[in-house]
Amino acid sequence: MGIEGIGARVLRKEDKRFITGKGRYTDDHNAAGQHVAVFVRSPHAHAKIKGIDRAAAEKMPGIAAIFDGKQLTGDGIGNIICGWMVHSKDGSPMNMGAWSALATDTVRYVGDAVCVVIGETMAQARAAAEAVEIDYEVLPAVVSAVEAMKDGAPQLHPEAANNIIFDWEIGEGEATDTAIEGAAHTVSIDIRNNRLVPNPMEPRSALAEYDNAEEHFTLHTTSQNPHVARLVLSAFYQVAPENKLRVIAPDVGGGFGAKIYIYPEEIVCLWAARKAGVSAIKWTADRSEAFMTDAHGRDHVSTATMGFDENHKIVGFKIDTVANLGAYMSLFSSATPTYLYATLLSGQYNIPNIHANVKTVYTNTVPVDAYRGAGRPEATYLVERMMTVAARELGIDPVDLRRKNFITSFPHQTPVIMAYDAGDFNASLDAAMKESDYANFDKRRAESEANGKKRGIGMSCYIEACGIAPSAAVGSLGAGVGLWESAEVRVNPVGTVEILTGSHSHGQGHETTFAQLVTERFGLPKENVQVVHGDTDKVQFGMGTYGSRSGAVGMSAIEKALDKVEAKAKKIAAHMLEAAEGDIEIKDGEVLVKGTDKKLGWHEVCLGAYTGHNLPEDMEPGLKEGAFYDPTNFTFPAGCYICEVEVDPDTGITTIEQFVAADDFGRIINPMIVEGQVHGGLAQGIGQALMENAVYDDEGQLISASYMDYQMPRAEDLPDFQVSHQTTLCPGNPLGIKGCGEAGAIGSPPAVINAITDALGHEGITMPASPHNVWKAIHGGPNGTNDNNQFERHITDAAE
Amino acid sequence: MAKVEMNVNGKAVAATVDDRTLLVEFLREERNLTGTHIGCDTSQCGACVVHVDGKAVKSCTMLAAQASGSDVTTIEGLAGGGELHPMQEAFRQHHGLQCGFCTPGMIMAAIDIVNRHGPDVDEKTIRHDLEGNICRCTGYHNIVKSIAAGAKEMGGSMKQAAE
Amino acid sequence: MYETNYHRADSLADAASKIGEEGKYLSGGQTLLPTMKQRLAAPSDLIDLSKINGLSGIEVNGKSVKIGAMTTHAEVANHSGLRDACHAISEMGGWIGDPHVRHRGTIGGSIANNDPAADYPSAMLALNATIHTDQREIAADDFFTGMFDTALKEGEIVTAVSFTAPEKCGYEKFRNPASRYAMAGVFVAHHGDAVRVGVTGASSGGVYRPADMEEALSDNFSADALDGCSVDEGDMLSDIHGSAEYRAHLVKVMAKRAVAAAH
Repeated sequence: MGIEGIGARVLRKEDKRFITGKGRYTDDHNAAGQHVAVFVRSPHAHAKIKGIDRAAAEKMPGIAAIFDGKQLTGDGIGNIICGWMVHSKDGSPMNMGAWSALATDTVRYVGDAVCVVIGETMAQARAAAEAVEIDYEVLPAVVSAVEAMKDGAPQLHPEAANNIIFDWEIGEGEATDTAIEGAAHTVSIDIRNNRLVPNPMEPRSALAEYDNAEEHFTLHTTSQNPHVARLVLSAFYQVAPENKLRVIAPDVGGGFGAKIYIYPEEIVCLWAARKAGVSAIKWTADRSEAFMTDAHGRDHVSTATMGFDENHKIVGFKIDTVANLGAYMSLFSSATPTYLYATLLSGQYNIPNIHANVKTVYTNTVPVDAYRGAGRPEATYLVERMMTVAARELGIDPVDLRRKNFITSFPHQTPVIMAYDAGDFNASLDAAMKESDYANFDKRRAESEANGKKRGIGMSCYIEACGIAPSAAVGSLGAGVGLWESAEVRVNPVGTVEILTGSHSHGQGHETTFAQLVTERFGLPKENVQVVHGDTDKVQFGMGTYGSRSGAVGMSAIEKALDKVEAKAKKIAAHMLEAAEGDIEIKDGEVLVKGTDKKLGWHEVCLGAYTGHNLPEDMEPGLKEGAFYDPTNFTFPAGCYICEVEVDPDTGITTIEQFVAADDFGRIINPMIVEGQVHGGLAQGIGQALMENAVYDDEGQLISASYMDYQMPRAEDLPDFQVSHQTTLCPGNPLGIKGCGEAGAIGSPPAVINAITDALGHEGITMPASPHNVWKAIHGGPNGTNDNNQFERHITDAAE
Repeated sequence: MAKVEMNVNGKAVAATVDDRTLLVEFLREERNLTGTHIGCDTSQCGACVVHVDGKAVKSCTMLAAQASGSDVTTIEGLAGGGELHPMQEAFRQHHGLQCGFCTPGMIMAAIDIVNRHGPDVDEKTIRHDLEGNICRCTGYHNIVKSIAAGAKEMGGSMKQAAE
Repeated sequence: MYETNYHRADSLADAASKIGEEGKYLSGGQTLLPTMKQRLAAPSDLIDLSKINGLSGIEVNGKSVKIGAMTTHAEVANHSGLRDACHAISEMGGWIGDPHVRHRGTIGGSIANNDPAADYPSAMLALNATIHTDQREIAADDFFTGMFDTALKEGEIVTAVSFTAPEKCGYEKFRNPASRYAMAGVFVAHHGDAVRVGVTGASSGGVYRPADMEEALSDNFSADALDGCSVDEGDMLSDIHGSAEYRAHLVKVMAKRAVAAAH
């Protein structure tokens, strides 16, 4: 490793522009003749559109046009797609209802877009939007997935009877039932995984430009995957052919999944720019719009039973989950509660029999899709709450129960598709216990109790699947796309390097870590390397950044391209130096013949490639190589998190006294950046456990629709994190990378809740463990006045 | 329409704006100082923090007209003559940012914390005083480290300047 | 934000002459401007009071305290004379909103708005303060007349508040976890002959004085003295952050803590 190569704590190249205010986010871009778009949104969770009167609004000053859904569909703009086909267990395809970017006859959630107003200024467009009169016939609404499945519940889409989109299963049902029936001990839990709002700090934004001379569109947008956006906008929404549409995702202020999807606003702005005859339209969400239109996350209710033999070895695990998908199926909404969730239900444990049943349900709420972790936090919460509850019920140490059931040999095939390739679960557990001084917890508890406080400690041994994913495998499971990544390495005649990648950085620091690969390989300073991403005109294609895939998949593609560049450069150098190709070595910016003093500067070889004056016979000039990398397997980051809390019984306030993370991410390119990813993930996971909650009232109004009511984690709410790594390399990709972007959000919620329930002495609390909920759990007892428990009771009813 | 005159990053500017123009809109749209960001609409996230007459304020919760006659410093005005402000450098050195969107407001708030509490401000105070700034990427861990380190550096440069 | 006309007043008379029927005075703007941005308020005119001389500043003469209406929360928090005379109001000032809000928000704006989750009204009641306006002086007990409601007449301007520093005082608040506004804030002030208590954030009727707590504390100024007091759930607000039962409980917990912290 050089000082800036693989494994070095290299400071970020991209920081300079951000700390000086020169970052260029979508809303910082403007185009000549730009108009603004304001959407007229439904105030009702469910209603028929009886009529739209826009005559007065259209005459207001500065208004270029007002369009509705009938015009949109009339122009052939396609309905919004779901990119992953899931079949019910009876073999029938999922029951997907139509989603038009502007509602045509029915609105199905508060915030559903009905009209778009194109005005010269924001003030004018806003005023006109308020003057558009929409006549609604309000229909009954349903917000709970469990309620929505009941007979007589309001029906959202004619395609989905009882609002059930699919009823899917994985694993062997009969074998699992038999195993549990014959178990020495069984433990059952009810679990609710609370609905979250992703809240990247940069609200979504789109700037759509139309050049009517070239009949060409350019879209600046807040996207994690601009190429996917272009593909979908073109192939499915018919906004423009791909060759007439350039999509640019410039600096993007956080994504966390919410910026994967292609939303109605992007579609409408592109379509409307041409239709209204204006050269450009900009739309930027305010935070209120973000709350009611960004895809939400989680929202599961589950029951689970685990069986153990007399030696406390797990014999079977059965799970029944209802997942709320909101009013429409978002792009990966079908995959998130199935293949990204139930395939991880084996956790870190040897479980011979697993069966999971998942029903997905339409409700009159914002569409739900992948949010940091996507399915894996839900699985981890279920498994790790189960392990702790089981240990308590069986009267054994939660650490012992886990160790007894850990998978210790690899590869390991679980009963739910995944084949774990490498790991050392005891190593992370040992490290976390040592770092948290687990052994002396009782002393600390006694001190808290002496001060009238309750103290608890909890752990979570998580595993997740990243690096999504082998294209053929996901294709066989219903994915509409392949999940490879592409890269191109362009070496310039002066020896500087450009890496073009289909990955997209929106906080992950790719401009630095990707450059470190080149530094490692050729010994070039990072200043000589430019990472280019986020522009479909520059990068040919890519699948984007989500699912912690940019290291394992994106960097692997770069490695493959670098292999090709290195091989060609060596051939050229061997020819120039009249040496054998096998003797050539590239090191510290020089190209050497091993065992001799013959050498060339890197730049001389590069120049040689471009002058073409002295190349091997039949070799094309130039030094530029591309590669597509298709993974061979998922990768399996894993680790152990330990959380210690103190609870004030008078107020219900929970304070996190310490939080220890011990992770195995495989090869680490830049520990500084990896630690930062863990910190951020932990904050989001702790946020889910303690604070964050998207709450609807019975009429379908989102009550927690701003930072006044949706608690975001603040600095004071969080501790200093104690982060360490125990590494086993991933055997499946050239760098041995597993991925680190989501682990913190996946592993932390059960650690927090296991700590709180340890402090309380019972299991009667669900997320978020807000002061109010904790207070109720303390004063109402395990079966007390915790409103959240009504969800669990409902699911029991539904099963009856 | 309101006539506003103010010093922005040391430069006198004058404009006539709609009375309801917020300071952040004036900075971003009239002055093209897009480093100041808008992250919420309820005055809570702190992405828009600038200094008005030396004090951190939310530029989304102040009219441009209210700032008329004041000295306004934005993130773009911190680095003097190409030299980064010590707090900017501290954020870089300690990986105090990821996506960068909250960063300008964080840095402006951080300098204000040091102005109020001095260069030896402790981490507990820093965490408390960040109650008006939300970050979704970093978990605040490295922001707190950055501010503590930046505070020390600012103390050093204040001392140097005094000598 | 809807259209509005901004005026900068240079005197109280100037301000009063410009307010009109649909106008609003603008002090710090930390509540009014967000409300306008949400299009929940649409004053025709905004009269900025910030450049009127004499509305800002803190005077402490022995036990006698006067705080100008345009004094910011940050100034209240950081004034050493005020902290010596009445530490709890300084602590309160340092606990409102966040540092940026405290640089702009003012005590006059806070009490004139009488938001049920605002802090200062509880202090005004407990301190038996006098609210000074451009027209008269109003006892705090008469000033706060209900949620978002005060005794101010149309166009009347709060110019200052004054009070006699108590022998002991304390303020504790439980913050709404999301918004950071008071969900239960209790100010206790021991005036020698009597104890006064102001409760904010919790009640559906806005800021109030709990008679039984005052009586109990007048007999015995200790946290234990509140054990026998009960807070009526029926008077409490209820929302996703806390039921009426929880708020009633918090009022008592905060009251006990405020007494314990009083000095």
